[in-house]
Formats: sequence, structure tokens, C-alpha cells
Amino acid sequence: MTAYVLSDCWTMTRRELAHWARQPVRLLVGLVFPVMILLMFGYLIGGGRGVPGDYVDYLVPGIFALTMAFGLEGTMIAVTQDLNKGVVDRFRSMPMADGAVLVGRSAADMLQSAIGLAVLLAVAAALGWRAHGSAGGFLGAVGLLLLFRFAMLWIGIHLALVAGKPETVQAVQILVWPVGFLSNAFAASESMPGWLGAVVQWNPMSHTATAVRDLFGGPGGEPGHVWAAVAWPLALLAVFFPLAVRRFARLSR
Amino acid sequence: MADTAITVEGARKRYGEKKALDGLDLHVSRGTVHGVLGPNGAGKTTLVRILSTLVRPDAGRIGVAGHDVVTEAREVRFRIGLLGQHAALDEELDGRQNLEMFGRLYHLGARHARVRADELLSRFGLADTGRKPVRTYSGGMRRRLDLAASLITDPEVLFLDEPTTGLDPRGRAEVWASVRSLVGGGTTVLLTTQYLEEADQLADRVSVVDRGRVVADGTPEELKSRLGGDRIDVVVRDAGRLDAVAALMRAGSAGVSADVSANVLADVSVDADRRLLSAPVTDRMAALARVVRALEEAGIEAEDVALRRPTLDEVFLHLTDRDDRTKEAAA
Repeated sequence: MTAYVLSDCWTMTRRELAHWARQPVRLLVGLVFPVMILLMFGYLIGGGRGVPGDYVDYLVPGIFALTMAFGLEGTMIAVTQDLNKGVVDRFRSMPMADGAVLVGRSAADMLQSAIGLAVLLAVAAALGWRAHGSAGGFLGAVGLLLLFRFAMLWIGIHLALVAGKPETVQAVQILVWPVGFLSNAFAASESMPGWLGAVVQWNPMSHTATAVRDLFGGPGGEPGHVWAAVAWPLALLAVFFPLAVRRFARLSR
Repeated sequence: MADTAITVEGARKRYGEKKALDGLDLHVSRGTVHGVLGPNGAGKTTLVRILSTLVRPDAGRIGVAGHDVVTEAREVRFRIGLLGQHAALDEELDGRQNLEMFGRLYHLGARHARVRADELLSRFGLADTGRKPVRTYSGGMRRRLDLAASLITDPEVLFLDEPTTGLDPRGRAEVWASVRSLVGGGTTVLLTTQYLEEADQLADRVSVVDRGRVVADGTPEELKSRLGGDRIDVVVRDAGRLDAVAALMRAGSAGVSADVSANVLADVSVDADRRLLSAPVTDRMAALARVVRALEEAGIEAEDVALRRPTLDEVFLHLTDRDDRTKEAAA
């Protein structure tokens, strides 16, 4: 039984990888977009209010966190597109493990995010950004970013299952932007009006960004945030993972 | 109940205000093809989705291949195949990739899944489609691949939800041939359709469904004879006389001694394009004689007067369009 769950999840992951092989351009576009954001904010808009130290040093970890948050959009779109295809009916009429379709989606999205993060790291290094912390700190930072992405992923799956139709998803998608920008990715929360700074500090993404800055040994990092950067995504997962799996199993139109 | 493959007792399903199924009962014997015939919105698709464990019924006892669709959904899923109205395929992948994926999800094992995929591709004439993704397939090819996918495990019970909707005549013939070849293998098939011809061609028994209930049940022949047996068709030469003939056949008319209404039922349908009138009769030969005599006396020229069995179309309209018919009768 357990072996079947694993093999079903693997089969569904392979399906997503086969889609990449069919449409490499789509994957490529997904990788280029965060690089664009990095270049745009690093050089075009630039500045950053009240940022300690060099702006690019401050910005790069923020963009990492932002990219992980924006991954939610891609997940939502992919899930809704899948749900509105007949193939999900076949999956659901087959004796396969309940969550396998969703696990396949999340495995593929995590892999894409890991590749995306590697590309971003390489681009940042080319721009002169360096991680100053220990090797362990570096791995910890990457781990925190991917954990945050994983939580965003299951929120995205759940929202997509609730929204159902592509039109509704577009509406939900717009909300991702303020959540992404109401953070300390581009500017320090201390520089903002009091109430806004409070909202920004509360944003789970800000905790991840601050903790990652600390682990990379760059400006804007504070040591206390690692626990919050672990606890927030785990708490979100504890809520949204079971909700999403349940919702998928009960799907009926 | 070892010889019953599908048991539905008192199935109910409501979507908001709309009752999709309103106490539907159905029994399908093992190894037969059962047609579920009904207009759009009659509840056919809801029935198939409940039987294939995709939708939970609000009430009712529903068993497929000896297992309850709600409490033993997993057991049911091992024993069924589903061909829905829309292709249930991964459009990005090619045919072989699709079949292998489904085979692995039925836990055939990688090698067996590959062998089975090849078998099915050649059986359904899709062996030379290569690496082309399914979205480039024609409608007929897609349906055949979809059917192949629903047969991966040789299911005990196969559900076909309007399998030929949207196909051209050639695609339809291909699907019909495939369904016929299955029946020999002992598979129980439940087929929904709006096409009477399809039910007549393929099904051993037919249930006519309207507004979430079965309104009639039987072999195609039984259903046809239920409409009062034979009908008389009259084709007039002059389309202008259609109304006169219709009136004559409904009630007889002044100056005509032959009392047509003794043998011809008042339920006359008129097809102006074909200059055709049609009505059920009670006694074949007497009706024919009286109609011919009445036409002669009224001086109406007929091109053709013939007796025939009713078509399933007429049975279908008779059973499902009760509202329209009462309106017509009142008018």
C-alpha cells in the first residue's frame, strides 16, 4: 500500500517532467522572470529606503524570498489548468493514492524552484553579490527559502482548488503582488510609516528574508528570525496541506 | 445478485435547486450492454459520474461490480473503466506516454505497462502515431485512445458517457465497432446517449431517463411496441392538402363515409418538408383500407400510404416530451 503511494507520486512527478520536456520554453520563461525582477530593482528602480549597507547585498536575498512567494502563482495556474482538463476525471476514477496528483505537482514545482534559485544565485554572483556566512549558513538559507516555497506551494494548491476556474484564479493571483511587496524585500521596515512597518514585519515572507540575510552574512539580517522563518511555513503547511488533500479527494462537479 | 453488475436503488443528487437524479433505479445484468437514453439535462452524466465514484450521491444504494460506490470506492475503481464526454487524456503527452502512465497508476509495473500500451495502441490503430502529442489528434483518434485508456485493466464494467457526441459518422462507426468487440469479452457496458440509433445498434436493454428518473425500461423492441405497435405513413402529392388530410385522419370529416378514427389514433404528426403524415394505428389492415378509402372519397392524391413499426425516435419523444404533448393536445 505504502509502496503504491510512493510509486503513484513518482508517476505523477514523471508526468510533470515529461511536460517540461515537451515545452522547455515554458520552463525557461519561469526561470528568466525572477532574474528580470532582480535586474529591474537592482539597477532600474534601485535605491531602497533606509537600507543598511550596499543595496544589491540587501536586495538579493529579498528577491530570493520574493521569487519563492511568487511561485504560488505558477502553482495555482498549473493546478487550475489541470483541474479543468478531463484527465483529472480519469485519475480520480482510478485506484491511485489520494494525494498523488498534488504531490506530483509539488515535486515538479519544488524542482523548478530549486533550479530557479540556482540560476538566481549564479546571476547574483555575476553581479558581484557574495555570501559572507559559513557554508552551513548558506545551506541553511537555501533550506529556509525552499521551505517557504513549499508552504506557498500548498497554499497555492488549496487556493486553486477552492477557486476552481481560471477566471477566479486571476483575481486571487493579483493578491499575491501586494503580499509580495508588503514585505522587506526591497526596503527596510524601519523606513516605513509605523502601521505599514508593522504589517511588513508580520509578513512571514519578511521573516524568511531577514533570516536569510543573516545566514548569508549580509546587511539587514537579524539572528532571531530563523525560528520564525521555520515556524511560519510549518504552521502554514499544517493548515493548508491537509485542507488541499481533502479538498482534492472531495472534488465533485 | 451475482449476475447483476450495476445496481442503483433510489439514487438522488441535487445541485442547488436542480434535482439531477430524483430517485433513479437501475439494474444491469453482467455481460450486457445497457443503454441510458435521455435528452440533455436528464441526469445521464450525473449517473455515470456517481457510478464511476467521481461524485457522491445524496441518497440511494449504488453498487458496481459487487461493491458500494461510496464506502468501497477504491474496490470499485479497480474494476471499472470510464470514457467520459470529454477526452480524459493528457493532451501534452503522446498516446504511448498516456497509456503507460495510466498502466503504472493501475500498478501494472513499468514493463507490463509498456507492453499493455503497445497492445492497445495497435488494437485501436494508433501504433504509428509516434511522439505526436494528443492535442494534435483528430476527434476520432482521441476517442479511440480514450477508449484504450479505459480498457487498460480489462474492466468488469465500462462506462461510456455519450461516446460518439461530436464525432463525424466515420468516427462514430469506429467507436461502435470497438464497443461491439468488447461485449464478446464479457465486459458489462453502460452507455449513455442522446442518439436513439446508437442505443438501438448497441444496447441489449435501454432505460429511458427524463428529469432524473427512469421513465421506461426494456429491450429496444419492447420499447417500440409500447408505443401502440404499428403506424401508418401517408405522403400527399400536394403539400397544400396536408392540413385537410391531418384533419381527416384525426377525426374523419363531413362527406366521407369511411370512419378513419375507428382505427387511426388522433395523435397525428405532420412533416411538411416531406409532405408526410404519420399516426399510430390499432388494426393494421383495417386502418390501411379506411385511410385509402377516405383519401379517395375526399379526392386527395397520395403518393404513398404505408404501414411500419415505430422508430425508437418516436418512442423517445413519446416518453420524454410529455409537457409538449399535453400542450399540443390542448391546442
